[in-house]
Amino acid sequence: MKEWRLLYELRDLTYRYPEVTALDSVTLDIAPGERIAVLGANGSGKSTLLRVLAGLSFPNVGSVRFDGTELTEDTLAGETFAFAFRRQVALIFQNPDVQLFNPTVFDEVAFGPLQLRWPRGEIVERVQLALRQMEIEHLKNRAPHRLSGGEKKRVSLASVLVLDPDVLLLDEPTAALDPQSQSQMIDFLAENHGAKTIITATHDLPVVGDIADRCVVFDAGRVAADGRPDAILHDEALLLRAHLLYRHRHRHASGVVHSHPHLPGPHRHD
Amino acid sequence: MGRQTFAWFTQPPAVGDPRLSKAAGFLERNVVALAKTLDHAARADETARRRGLLQKLDPRAKCVGIFAWILAAAATSRLAVVGTIFALAVALAVLSAVPVRTSLGRVWTGVLVFTGSIALPALFLTPGAPVCRIPLLEWNVTAPGLLAATRLVGRAETTATLAALLVLTTPWTHLLKALRTLRVPKTAVVILGMTHRYLFLLLGLARDYFEARRSRQVGRLDNAQRRHAATATAGVLLGRSLALSDEVFMAMRARGFRGEVHLLQDARFRTRDGLALAAFVAVAALGLL
Ligand SMILES: Nc1ncnc2c1ncn2[C@@H]1O[C@H](COP(=O)(O)OP(=O)(O)OP(=O)(O)O)[C@@H](O)[C@H]1O
Ligand SMILES: [Mg+2]
Repeated sequence: MKEWRLLYELRDLTYRYPEVTALDSVTLDIAPGERIAVLGANGSGKSTLLRVLAGLSFPNVGSVRFDGTELTEDTLAGETFAFAFRRQVALIFQNPDVQLFNPTVFDEVAFGPLQLRWPRGEIVERVQLALRQMEIEHLKNRAPHRLSGGEKKRVSLASVLVLDPDVLLLDEPTAALDPQSQSQMIDFLAENHGAKTIITATHDLPVVGDIADRCVVFDAGRVAADGRPDAILHDEALLLRAHLLYRHRHRHASGVVHSHPHLPGPHRHD
Repeated sequence: MGRQTFAWFTQPPAVGDPRLSKAAGFLERNVVALAKTLDHAARADETARRRGLLQKLDPRAKCVGIFAWILAAAATSRLAVVGTIFALAVALAVLSAVPVRTSLGRVWTGVLVFTGSIALPALFLTPGAPVCRIPLLEWNVTAPGLLAATRLVGRAETTATLAALLVLTTPWTHLLKALRTLRVPKTAVVILGMTHRYLFLLLGLARDYFEARRSRQVGRLDNAQRRHAATATAGVLLGRSLALSDEVFMAMRARGFRGEVHLLQDARFRTRDGLALAAFVAVAALGLL
């Protein structure tokens, strides 16, 4: 019946923290190779969604399937599936501090391949390649927790790119980066990365067009809209409802107060 | 670079003169001391990479050997044995380029504060012949009390020194791996690994909080205010770091961590490791005879 294989199938998925429902009956299909921007205000459930997609949190109600297999504690306890899944799906956390726990940058990048028991020689080669790719070779003997915010982000990216994952889950990848690193990161995401599926959580509307072919808007844990970036980004009413736009008051020299919607976040000038 | 980043820890607080409000500054100074210790823990991997005697040993031999000494120090009732093991541990520290005054000194003061407060009542409460009298309080320090207190503190200091030696001369991941090969359960190793990461997080959070607080503080706080600020900070830190440690574990799992430690180079157990282990165990056995 299905015309193409789906990568992720979320069905009526609900995820609750003790006090809040972070995801509320979410139904979503994701095909291989899609580049999706997950938009939503603070607390709308973006990070929780990425954790579910990464097989780190499991729904209270409903289900999530990856490549046909349901993601549960049980399926991920099995070594064969867990290996294949962790190798294919990589998550970059919103807060790089939680992701970096090795004594040196080199060890940090080598951590994933070591866990997946790659041959040692290959590990060294691949780590060096990833360090070069992220332009952080000079940091390889430094302690990750003593790097700057932007450097930490690069290290966390290198530490998952080294596995050459098919699915990249990125939580606010441009937050806390200086304009140059930000635009490098966007170029990186915008470049053609083969058949990779890239799912990015962000509130940075101006970059969405560059990094995604599809937008899913979250509002209080529910899918508020799902469509092409140009359609979503021009739907002012929707963006206002989802708190992605705000009414900005300018006081001009004349003293007249204008009120009109504004895109939050820095605009990119190419 | 590390020293610079954390330099403010070692500087006196920008606000309030500690000499003026000793009691109120106590909490804040303690939090700062904790932060310093954590910063130190963060630098353990640096000492572990120095060239020294213990650094050359196989982590497994070191683990078992030092653990034998810890057992001996904990099990013996003779102060002389505890004292000898302590002296040997300090000698090993010197031979392993572990900075005794800064690294071990910090451990010693910490242990003294904690066990000292536990041992203090024993001085007066253990029945026996009085050796001296506290002038104002009219309390008697008894001989068995003094012995018990010294033994408690001595043992705690010695075992803490040995544990510190092990941690300071072994890269953390190698230590975890050694524990696994010695059949320490996965869960315990995971918890240890997490604790280590958790310390770094706590350190980072502590720094951010102090900086944020200092940057918003204007003028001098009175004692009650400082006490309040310090306790509030400690509470918030604990809550936040607990939430973060959850995420750390997720981040490890996301990259395939399943409780087993894998290293690029596996340690090789050589003759000299065997000899060192035998020496460790021999000393421990002598102590227990
Ligand atoms: N560990 C947690 N414990 C309890 N509640 C949580 C936890 N993490 C998130 N929440 C709550 O779940 C809801 C969704 O949080 P989530 O982190 O997914 O939002 P988000 O869209 O990523 O927000 P942001 O843009 O601020 O990163 C929020 O109301 C939040 O308070
Ligand atoms: Mg988030």
